[in-house]
Amino acid sequence: MKRPSKPPAPARFSRSLTDYIYDPKARALALQAIVALLLVWFVWAIVDNTIRNLEAQGIASGFGFLDNTAGFDISQSLIAYANTMSYGRAFLVGLFNTLLVAVIGVVLATIVGFVIGIARLSGNWLIAALASVYIETLRNIPPLLMLFAVYFGVLKALPSPRNSLELPFSSYLNTRGLYFPAPVWGEGTWLFVAGVLVGVAGAVFLYLNARRKFILTGKADSIALPQLILVVGVAAIAFLAAGSPLSFDYPQAGRFNLKGGMTILPEFIALLAGLTLYTAAFIAEIVRSGILSVAKGQHEAAAALGLHRGQIMRLVVIPQALRVIIPPLTNQYLNLTKNSSLAVAIGYPDLVSVFAGTVLNQTNQAVEVILITMSVYLVLSLLTSVFMNWFNARVALVER
Amino acid sequence: MRVSARTGPPRIEAIGPLRWMRENLFSSAFNSALTVIGGVISVWLAWGVADWALLRAVFTGSDGSACRVEGAGACWPFVIHKFQMFMYGRYPDDQIWRVNFTYFLALAGLVPLMLPNVPGKLWLSIYMIVVFPVIAFFLLTGSEWLGLEIVETEKWGGLLVTLVVACVGIAASFPLGILLALARRSELPLIKWLAIGFIEFVRGVPLVTVLFFASVMLPLFLPENVTFDKLLRALIGVALFSAAYLAEVVRGGLQAVPRGQFEAADALGLNYPLKMGLIVLPQALKLVIPGIVNSFIALFKDTSLVLIIGLFDLLGIVQQAVASDAKWFSPQTAVTGYVFAAFVFWLFCFSMSRYSAWLESRLDTGHKH
Amino acid sequence: MRYWIAGCLAVLAAFGQPAGSAMAQSSTLDTVKARGQLQCGVNTGLAGFSAPDDAGQWKGLDVDMCRAVAAAIFKDVSKIKYVPLTAKERFTALQSGEIDMLARNTTWTMSRDTGAGLSFAGINYFDGQGFMVKKALDVVSAKELSGASICVQTGTTTELNLADYFRTNKIEYDPVVFEKLPEVLAAYNAGRCDAFTTDVSQLYSIRLTLGNAAEHIVLPEIISKEPLGPAVRQGDAQWANIVRWSLNAMINAEELGVTQANVDQLKESKNPEVRRLLGFEGEFGKSIGLDLDWSYQIIKLVGNYGESFDRNVGAGSPLGIARGQNALWRDGGLQYAPPIR
Repeated sequence: MKRPSKPPAPARFSRSLTDYIYDPKARALALQAIVALLLVWFVWAIVDNTIRNLEAQGIASGFGFLDNTAGFDISQSLIAYANTMSYGRAFLVGLFNTLLVAVIGVVLATIVGFVIGIARLSGNWLIAALASVYIETLRNIPPLLMLFAVYFGVLKALPSPRNSLELPFSSYLNTRGLYFPAPVWGEGTWLFVAGVLVGVAGAVFLYLNARRKFILTGKADSIALPQLILVVGVAAIAFLAAGSPLSFDYPQAGRFNLKGGMTILPEFIALLAGLTLYTAAFIAEIVRSGILSVAKGQHEAAAALGLHRGQIMRLVVIPQALRVIIPPLTNQYLNLTKNSSLAVAIGYPDLVSVFAGTVLNQTNQAVEVILITMSVYLVLSLLTSVFMNWFNARVALVER
Repeated sequence: MRVSARTGPPRIEAIGPLRWMRENLFSSAFNSALTVIGGVISVWLAWGVADWALLRAVFTGSDGSACRVEGAGACWPFVIHKFQMFMYGRYPDDQIWRVNFTYFLALAGLVPLMLPNVPGKLWLSIYMIVVFPVIAFFLLTGSEWLGLEIVETEKWGGLLVTLVVACVGIAASFPLGILLALARRSELPLIKWLAIGFIEFVRGVPLVTVLFFASVMLPLFLPENVTFDKLLRALIGVALFSAAYLAEVVRGGLQAVPRGQFEAADALGLNYPLKMGLIVLPQALKLVIPGIVNSFIALFKDTSLVLIIGLFDLLGIVQQAVASDAKWFSPQTAVTGYVFAAFVFWLFCFSMSRYSAWLESRLDTGHKH
Repeated sequence: MRYWIAGCLAVLAAFGQPAGSAMAQSSTLDTVKARGQLQCGVNTGLAGFSAPDDAGQWKGLDVDMCRAVAAAIFKDVSKIKYVPLTAKERFTALQSGEIDMLARNTTWTMSRDTGAGLSFAGINYFDGQGFMVKKALDVVSAKELSGASICVQTGTTTELNLADYFRTNKIEYDPVVFEKLPEVLAAYNAGRCDAFTTDVSQLYSIRLTLGNAAEHIVLPEIISKEPLGPAVRQGDAQWANIVRWSLNAMINAEELGVTQANVDQLKESKNPEVRRLLGFEGEFGKSIGLDLDWSYQIIKLVGNYGESFDRNVGAGSPLGIARGQNALWRDGGLQYAPPIR
């Protein structure tokens, strides 16, 4: 990519214009100056036009609208929300809903993707063929269509609220969602939380201890059982000591819907399932190529050491394949997060639906709302990239 | 599974079906269990599809009444009756030949271009890049001067809009993507950072927000006496969006061109445009053709999002037909419509991905260790 | 990057077309005349108000509003470019000059009239928000909807009215919000919601497309005022007058008994009101920059308000909506146009 470097100009007392034209440095500077000027002009023209348009037509502008009363309701919110709260609050509700579906979607898609990817390499012809059909079908259908299919398919398959499907633990499933008892924490909960934290801390200590021993002596102790006993035991004692501060709010039949308890909306289930299944098809392909990239000798060497198939995969192949898998996996995570914006089509109250949808319509402040929405996704993308780069650096093969 | 086909167990013809089954399906207890489960799933899926799409399906009828029968499967007459709508939207009946003729012109240029070993690639490329878009523009939109009735884009719909958005999107983003890729590898810091900023910004936001931007924000950016057609605004959004992705694909190609090629071009005294145009880009682009096809597939699928801003692409028009035509109401109408749309999308994307995979394998020969 | 800018400018130059704008030197009327076409924003598809028929022709009450204005200006109702708009795009389209007028069942509210750069030109349909439920639920009043799931389309006054109504009556409900009408409908159909709420006129229109209309009922409560009307950009009084008086002419024509069929015979009428309406007395057309026969053209080419109503949403249409509030004032309705004099 080096520009042709000219021989140094012969020393002269004054440089003529031609010298400047043929001087790569001067040319580079001039070119950049022109671009900078054009850019400034371009941005200025846009801003000027917009301000002029907004003023000429008496359209409100600025971010003050975020404090105004929203006045509409949202079907799912992780934080307290009522229609008397502000647009800013509604924005947060949408943001958290997006994050919720993105985070759970990423985890599920990774699991399903790994399973399908490994299945596609299975020695069992039928399993491999089924995995291929899955991948080739889902990869080639628009995600939006996929969401429609899952959503209306789910609604069609579920019973009406009056004939709810009864599940264990007083849970119910119908077209209005999955209802289950909501835990209600009473006084003394802090003791239980403290107990859990102590148990987990103990388990971590056990792990670190066993690991140090393993590195020093090569002896691998099985610590899963002691860990389990520690966590469950301490938590249980704390729970009882606090006087069992937990009760449940059970869903009960109302005239139209079940009342009480906790609900997972069908929109959420459909969005999660749609995004997971769609993204999993891509992740499966990434996993497959990652596994294929591990040299055959590695399998053979591991087998020669006497490791069985599961161990070969877990200890030898996957750690090496991860190097190849993680960078494209990051892209899929970003895609899933961005695709979650399709929620707008199936009525899940995510950021785009609540903020770039309802709020934009109520306030008519398109410029501000779209800018905020885009910035949020940009920040989410950057954060995901930073995290995955850090993770990638951790698993990267350290050579010599 | 090309790899295991080469290295795996012998093919069925060589060892007989029984032994093949024993080795590939029932080699262990675990494997046998998997096979049984997989078999049940396959049969259940295949039966479900066949039962719905063929056995219980309704094939004739002039409205939805035939499909309202209890237990009826797919409602195919709906798709048959709306077929023209799904393909062309509300494009006037007597003008549809113009769309078909445009398709024909496109195929006439594209097919020989996509096949290897067909001579005259240069002329074909010039035809596709310069001549065809002009012809297609006037054919589709019309021109009083040529005696072709003007057909407003508001009347376009269905597969036509899907193809127009995807093709114009990729065509417009192509030069833009190359420029961005070159700019990103430029030594001039300002240009480089501008390119990086643009690419990363666009790749960081969902297409839906870009489309919202194009449909509700862009008009406010323009001077007061200038407006754009709605379809054109969506096209601008789509083109900018896919340019950023294409730029990254092309950058991959640029990085794959050996350093010696750059240096040799420098040694010949070529200036920057000549070096890039004659030496580097031809090699880089050839390497990334599969990547470009993959970008096109992604874009083709993404075009369905334009329905969110009220344009009627294939999915949008199916949705509209399903929701607003009482004549065809039946429990299976919607499902049939969506399945049809899914099948059309799948057909396009699957064949393109096969083509891309085939190209990849062709380009790979000789490079593999 | 510089190519990108250059490209943008080239696209601007190539495809940008001059459009009417309130502040610009030329008035909207001049721009429309110069273009030879009225650009009218309509709903993407709402039977009775604006929807393409089988032949692809736009039909409906709102579409007739566009046709009336085109008739007044061009004496030709084919010189219209219909721009179908989603709820979200409609105001931007008007503000940016993409359309000259908006006739898209839009509720006249104060914030829209003052803060969104719009100017409403009248009311062509008095509507109100209601609920539709499945008959099988045995609900007879909206007050019984406690705990129900309610489907609603986003971006409308509907969503806010819904929240207000239930808050006022201290009833709980679960909103299910969709971006577009087809999705709301599909969800209602699939049993996702117990009730579907929107303007009553739309409920009737939608009930038809459900195929099994008899299985759904519209509840009696009307929970809001929804005066729907055409809107124009703020700042061009002449253009606002043209749209306003096109509507008024249609309503006055109905009041005076002037119809599409008898308008030619009534040319001989001695009634001064009819003579003023048809442009034989006074110079009303000139005062809004049009020819004297502007209103004659509207009635000749589009018909009076009653005819348009019957044809599109009333007794003569599949919707069969009663005139109700939209009857003339002397018949107990609210349609009352200021006189042309």
